[in-house]
Amino acid sequence: MALEQKPGDLQADPLVALEGAEDLPAIELTDPLWRIRLRLLWRNFKKNWGLFAENKIGLVGLFIIGVFALMAIAHPVLMATVWGGDNTEIYDPVIGYDAVVKEFIVVEVVTDPLSEIELIDARFTNINAQVGDIISQPQQPAPPSSKHLLGTDPLGRDVLSQLMFSTRAAFFLGMVAALVTVFIATTVGSMAAFFRGFVDSFLMRLADLILLMPLIPILIVIGGFWTIELWQLGVIIGVLNGFGGVAIVLRSQALAVSVKPFVDAARVAGGSKWHLIFRHVIPNVLPLSFLYMMFGVTEAISLEAVLSFFGLLNVDMSWGLMISVAQAEGYLLRGLDVWWLLFPAGMAVSVLAAAFFLVGRAMDEVVNPRLRQR
Amino acid sequence: MTTEAHVEVKNLEKRYPVQKSVFRSAKDFIHAVDGVNFSIAPGESLGLVGESGCGKTTTGRMLVKLLEATSGQVLLKTDGEVVDIANITDKDDLKSFRSDVQMIFQDPFESMNPRRTVYDTIAEPLTVQRIGTVPERETKVAELLNLVGLTPAESFMFRFPHELSGGQRQRVAIARALIVDPTFVVADEPTSMLDVSIRISVMDLMLKLAERLDVSYLYITHDLAVARYMCDRIAVMYLGKIVELAPTEDLLANPMHPYTKALLSAVPVPDPSYKRPPVEIKGGISKSINPQPRCRFYDRCPMAREDICGPQDHPPLEEKAPDHWVACYLVDKQSA
Ligand SMILES: Nc1ncnc2c1ncn2[C@@H]1O[C@H](COP(=O)(O)OP(=O)(O)OP(=O)(O)O)[C@@H](O)[C@H]1O
Ligand code: SF4
Ligand SMILES: [Mg+2]
Repeated sequence: MALEQKPGDLQADPLVALEGAEDLPAIELTDPLWRIRLRLLWRNFKKNWGLFAENKIGLVGLFIIGVFALMAIAHPVLMATVWGGDNTEIYDPVIGYDAVVKEFIVVEVVTDPLSEIELIDARFTNINAQVGDIISQPQQPAPPSSKHLLGTDPLGRDVLSQLMFSTRAAFFLGMVAALVTVFIATTVGSMAAFFRGFVDSFLMRLADLILLMPLIPILIVIGGFWTIELWQLGVIIGVLNGFGGVAIVLRSQALAVSVKPFVDAARVAGGSKWHLIFRHVIPNVLPLSFLYMMFGVTEAISLEAVLSFFGLLNVDMSWGLMISVAQAEGYLLRGLDVWWLLFPAGMAVSVLAAAFFLVGRAMDEVVNPRLRQR
Repeated sequence: MTTEAHVEVKNLEKRYPVQKSVFRSAKDFIHAVDGVNFSIAPGESLGLVGESGCGKTTTGRMLVKLLEATSGQVLLKTDGEVVDIANITDKDDLKSFRSDVQMIFQDPFESMNPRRTVYDTIAEPLTVQRIGTVPERETKVAELLNLVGLTPAESFMFRFPHELSGGQRQRVAIARALIVDPTFVVADEPTSMLDVSIRISVMDLMLKLAERLDVSYLYITHDLAVARYMCDRIAVMYLGKIVELAPTEDLLANPMHPYTKALLSAVPVPDPSYKRPPVEIKGGISKSINPQPRCRFYDRCPMAREDICGPQDHPPLEEKAPDHWVACYLVDKQSA
């Protein structure tokens, strides 16, 4: 009979299984718990960094973000040193002014203001001059020179200073939008998945509704009622993003987590609902949240440019505003002639947004092992 | 029997609705557990054996209050008092229930949170129930790690699940279940996902601990050989019904129900190269959706008699021989 071979006949040493596992350095129990946890965190970080760093696009993204961060930090330093003191009035990104004086030779004097003449260099009105005279005129915008490495804008302000100063606003906005997105999406998604039933249906129908709302037109409408502050823009993007698409994605992740046996095990251990959500569901959803945080930054930075361009944002200086000023003064369609007005700001928006996107993609491969190329 | 039982299950039932449409309430139900009765004496280990889908897990989950019963009672004796666990709703009572009754899950790879350390997992019942101080918990966790054979404790305490083997994880799960000194533990196929070579050591460990800590087990398995090794008594389950219940050796030496006989002829041997011989019973697993009012085993039973079994409802579980309970019309009562 088959039963004669009872399980006990099998030889098995309980220690066989133990020897197979890799040997980790023993952790001294005399250490306080928090220090051990810190060390574990560090170890996990190193491991994840290893995975992240395998992916070159992530490193490129991080490098670019680093360069922009340096720019943001360098600006106040420069304002305190090279651009400081008497130069403050020249280099301040918002209220600075520098007249780059250029001498012009008068080639034609037009009496009929409506006549079309071909512009050679510049056209001045209300000036008493004869053909052949040399007149000195302040020039705005001025092309790059040793004094203004990226030239000046139509109001005579230093473009490089503006560019660097605006980096801070971009980071600030991205941070606010990303944090709000992650906070709302993680909470909403986890609650919906954990409680199911009515809570789930209610939150998800709301999410569908928010998902359907077009972000830019809504912001333009809001901008019609009051000028939006930068942090308000961050919060609005965060709420709309976090309550919409991201919440739906995170909910499906949380759904998969909340039916895992370890959640039941915690329940049997006596854990309350909140213990289950905060200790078991959310920590397993969070990596995915961080991923969406990166994409959130990308979106916020691009949106800022759009809104500033429409003049809907109450901000001292930003990349979008730089382009907006060029537009308001009629330089938008003279692209290459005044490249320093459009190119640096436009590039900054695109490159920084792309950098966060690249980091997000690389994180995706750490978070979703299925995507790993191996 | 009633007075000495540690756990007593009376007419326990669980039905799952089969939803056909969102807008109509369900008319069809899966009778996952369909009127189950048994009791477990203090320190006893009862095996619940049956094929996949027969309702073993559902039964176990109702006993630990992970699932609410559709009807029926689970009576638990704690501190000399018998309580219906359905009435445990009060926070303090629930807390003492959660330290009295524990569960070990089937899948050691899924029953530990991948982001928490062994220490967090084992200490969890203490943490959530606010028992002891942190150093006290640490000592207790180290003690349990030693008890389940994960030594030296310090080298295991702060590992993550992926740094452990399957057997080690199941030892952690056992330690977690035992840290609150439970009196009753439901073990849902704790070794079925493990390597055959590790199985025995985990089973030995559970036996040793049961003896030492004086816990009663409901040991769920689909493997009669495992049940024989682990349990004092065995209940054989089929489609939500217990069809035979007897002391282990009695059941194996003298199976009475046709289903048990078929199971015994096909006892799986803990050997991966071993192939199951064809089972004597006919047909596939019957559906437990709205079962017909007759013996659940009728369609597959090699002994079925149309004149006797056909017209009657499912046979009651009767004591056919001393302490040997069978649910079948064709099994005669044997005199003691
Ligand atoms: N949440 C649920 N909703 C609907 N039906 C369910 C649910 N859980 C279990 N069932 C059904 O109840 C029946 C019993 O399931 P259960 O998990 O108790 O079986 P089991 O004996 O533990 O099987 P296994 O050996 O495969 O673990 C099955 O038919 C199953 O499909
Ligand atoms: S009652 Fe009839 S059908 Fe049911 S197990 Fe016994 S012999 Fe088979
Ligand atoms: Mg099961």
